[in-house]
Amino acid sequence: MLEIKDLHVNVHGKEILKGLNLKVPPGEVHAIMGPNGAGKSTTSYTLAGRAGYEVTKGEIDFFGEDVTALAPEERAARGIFLAFQYPLEIPGVSTMNFLKTAMNSQAKIRGEKELNAAEFLRAVRAAAKELNISEDMLKRPLNVGFSGGEKKRNETLQMALLKPKLAILDEMDSGLDIDALKLVAEGVNKLRSPDRSFLVITHYQRLLDYIVPDVIHILAGGKIVLSGDKSLALQLEQNGYDAVIAKAA
Amino acid sequence: MSEEAAALQELTEQKYKYGFVSDIESEFAPKGLNEDVIRFISAKKNEPEWMLDYRLSAYRRWVNMEEPSWAKLHYPKIDFQDAYYYAAPKAKEGPHTLEDVDPELLRTYEKLGIPLHEQEVLAGVEQRRVAVDAVFDSVSVVTTFKDELAKVGVIFCPISEAVHSHPELVKKYLGSVVPDTDNFYATLNAAVFSEGSFVYIPPGVRCPMELSTYFRINAAKSGQFERTLIIADAGSYVSYLEGCTAPQRDENQLHAAVVELIAMDDAEIKYSTVQNWFPGDENGKGGIYNFVTKRADCRGKNSKVSWTQVETGSAITWKYPSCILRGENSVGEFYSIAIANNYQQADTGTKMIHLGKNTSSRIISKGISAGKAQNTYRGLVSINARADGARNFTQCDSLLIGDQCGAHTVPYIQSKNPKAILEHEATTSKISDDQLFYCLSRGIPTEEAVSLIVNGFCREVLQQLPMEFAVEAQKLVGLSLEGSVG
Ligand SMILES: Nc1ncnc2c1ncn2[C@@H]1O[C@H](COP(=O)(O)OP(=O)(O)OP(=O)(O)O)[C@@H](O)[C@H]1O
Ligand SMILES: [Mg+2]
Repeated sequence: MLEIKDLHVNVHGKEILKGLNLKVPPGEVHAIMGPNGAGKSTTSYTLAGRAGYEVTKGEIDFFGEDVTALAPEERAARGIFLAFQYPLEIPGVSTMNFLKTAMNSQAKIRGEKELNAAEFLRAVRAAAKELNISEDMLKRPLNVGFSGGEKKRNETLQMALLKPKLAILDEMDSGLDIDALKLVAEGVNKLRSPDRSFLVITHYQRLLDYIVPDVIHILAGGKIVLSGDKSLALQLEQNGYDAVIAKAA
Repeated sequence: MSEEAAALQELTEQKYKYGFVSDIESEFAPKGLNEDVIRFISAKKNEPEWMLDYRLSAYRRWVNMEEPSWAKLHYPKIDFQDAYYYAAPKAKEGPHTLEDVDPELLRTYEKLGIPLHEQEVLAGVEQRRVAVDAVFDSVSVVTTFKDELAKVGVIFCPISEAVHSHPELVKKYLGSVVPDTDNFYATLNAAVFSEGSFVYIPPGVRCPMELSTYFRINAAKSGQFERTLIIADAGSYVSYLEGCTAPQRDENQLHAAVVELIAMDDAEIKYSTVQNWFPGDENGKGGIYNFVTKRADCRGKNSKVSWTQVETGSAITWKYPSCILRGENSVGEFYSIAIANNYQQADTGTKMIHLGKNTSSRIISKGISAGKAQNTYRGLVSINARADGARNFTQCDSLLIGDQCGAHTVPYIQSKNPKAILEHEATTSKISDDQLFYCLSRGIPTEEAVSLIVNGFCREVLQQLPMEFAVEAQKLVGLSLEGSVG
């Protein structure tokens, strides 16, 4: 479903990704780990199509289509979802309203029928309940004054409702206490399905205990330097990036 | 036309979808302004002597007045002799019913989405009825639900009609809040005012439906001089809405209105405006010059007036809806959204004059600037020495889109009572790239994202609008900012 080929990306004229290759088959969970500044968030922004992340070489194939020239909203409508490392606040716009606008916009781009108010409410309430998100929080302005954990739960809620084919989770675990981590991980696990893939970016083994990946990639210096199964995360935890990367080289 | 050209035209037209001109045969006063023109207007409306005298005395005063220049507005000098002060569709004399109205006029209102048939309703959320007074250039075309309102004693009619049918009320209240000496534009209005609505709610009556007036400027080179007078007698309530649109033209046109509200003991008036005059094109050509004096007199104790305005149109907006809080415990509120895009200039705000004891006022102003526009909030809170227990809360928020526009906040506070409680908060923010990208990544295209963020920014004010109009206003907020990003 996702195949990144020799991807080179410039940010503000500086090359950050330098020939990234990555293949994620349908239904699989792939983790990306790597030191600070390696280019993990850059990868996720580039996949989502953020302006200023200039692809100078290579391509991003999503279900056989090169999406590098597509606008972010087009990619979203095709099923690419990014859970932000730092979710943004939108004053005055309730989570409810934001979600409805997003779902309807995507439906419109795909040429599908919009949900009616009752269908929408039912879907939101059900998803919110599973993530322990109160009705009150759904009515509050999006992410405004939310705690770190609440923001991440809200990202998970959005993912659950937008039903992407590829979900990129950028440090979903940062700032979460252990209970919230479990809740978010459970939310993600419930969404696992044969036609949905995940790209999980994290620094810690801990998240991968809950969301068990099929493959782990190590990103360093703008490319994938090592891929392996979940034992790789344990090696990293014990020996650190430098040693593991050096050994692989 | 190629498909592409058609799509393009549709897109540009969408920017101001009320910019069409109706092909109506009109009758004009001679061009320019002098005593004869005033006599002409007065005669057209078949006015009694006292009304003509009122106009002439205002005119004689106006001739010696100077245009105010303190606002942060820049525009070429207006040639007041180069305009028509009266323009009206040719029609039968006297008040008309819907059957008498020119079908072309009916089509105009249909295109504007304004219901003139009593069984119709606005395409709102709730199926509630709204009474409409439709003012076209200098005359009222039709007023709906008049008879039904009369059954509960509510008078809702064009002001030119009220001069004949209720002269005692007009004489008593006209100019009692905004005297004809008030300011350059108010004095001009007193001399040449053409049409507007008259509302009287008798004691103890809660007006059974929303009242509204739609102002449409159609004729070229003509000014519109709206005059509205609303009286809420003791213990009554009314919610009133004013809407405005005009064709897209290259030259500037003048709209100089005076609106007077009077609230007696325990009465409440909720006055909402959705101002959507043609704003000029993206190069700043054309557009309405909107110079408006709106003032409410909270005359009675426990009276309340609430102004809500959504100002999206006009090349120039000069407007400060105010409240004189005379009655004890009276309350004044001002909720405002002012959007200025491209080359628009808005200088708007309010005045809250606290005279009575325990009076309170609340000001929530949301200014949005985009393109090369300038947006100024100008507000005065004045507390009289005798106004013990007076309090005001003011919040002014500005949102900037792009880096070529400006937002300015000019609050004046004059307190002669040391015990008054005054709070003022002000913020300026920008729509960040991060916020926009967050929306885009969820599948929300740029224009909708801007609309969503701006609507969120304005929420506190939009919530004040009657439900029937809130949805329309939200759409308008989005439309006004089309093309402002990216
Ligand atoms: N706007 C920018 N301008 C210049 N350099 C940038 C910009 N954004 C990112 N970079 C640089 O790109 C590199 C990769 O950053 P990125 O955020 O992708 O790292 P990361 O792997 O997500 O790190 P972390 O683990 O700290 O989240 C860093 O050196 C960073 O400073
Ligand atoms: Mg990062």
